[in-house]
Parts: sequence; structure tokens; C-alpha cells
Amino acid sequence: MDLENQKRVKALAEEHGKENIIVLLGGADAEASGLIAETVLNGDPAYAGVLTGVQLGLPAYHVLEPEIKNDIDPGLFDENLSMMEMVLEVDEIVEEVSSIRKQFLGD
Amino acid sequence: MLENKKIIILGDRDGIPGGAIEKCLENMPLDVVFSTTECFV
Repeated sequence: MDLENQKRVKALAEEHGKENIIVLLGGADAEASGLIAETVLNGDPAYAGVLTGVQLGLPAYHVLEPEIKNDIDPGLFDENLSMMEMVLEVDEIVEEVSSIRKQFLGD
Repeated sequence: MLENKKIIILGDRDGIPGGAIEKCLENMPLDVVFSTTECFV
């Protein structure tokens, strides 16, 4: 995850409180999405940014996961996301991101 | 589940950009506090 973005996310978590924040991901594949989810939940696995060893515990969801998709207006979803939903390996992404949430949040 | 939450959007240039996710959240009772599009090279 981008080092500058790690700083921003850390500052926002401190400002707003982790219980009020949800992180939405647009990752192109399961690996990239999983790494970002892990970074905001449990710290930077690459040991490169300010989130190294920092367990923010922010719930992260890929925007194509059913929990998020079902919250979005169907017309806006079709307009902005349906094309990428057809292209991306959605099942793999959902499995990876949800398993990381389960590992670090227990849900 | 997004209602009344502070939303951080981490889009992906090769996947779904932050701007596309932002547009989907328009008119929802939530607060986008940060939106970006990462670029993995």
C-alpha cells in the first residue's frame, strides 16, 4: 500500500475513531486487495510504511463484495462498476478479503 | 452498513478507480473522508 496513503489512513483513524470508519477497496485482484485489507487491519506486511506494526483494525471491504454492492443504488452500480465486475475475478477477491477480515476481526 | 460511516476509498488504477466508487456513494448518508486511486507498478 502506498506509503503516503498509509499516513493519511492512520491520521484519519486517529481523528474519526476506527469504529466509525469503513475502508472500501477497488483492487484489481485478490492479492492486491488482500494486502491493502491486511495493512489497514493488522499493519503493513511489507514493513515499509507508518502502519508497520500498527493494528488499526479498520474493516476493509472490496466494493464488489455483496455486503457493499447491496448498499449501492443499482443504477449507479450499473453505470460505474458493472463493467469491472465482469472483468475482475470477483469470487477470488471476495474470498481473500473476507478471509483476511475474519482472521483479524473475527467476522 | 455504510450508513453514517466515515468512508476511506482506496481505488486501484488497474481495477476500480476511487472516483468510480465515489460516484456510487452519491446521495447516501455517509461521509467520504478520503478517496484515492493507487497505482501498482
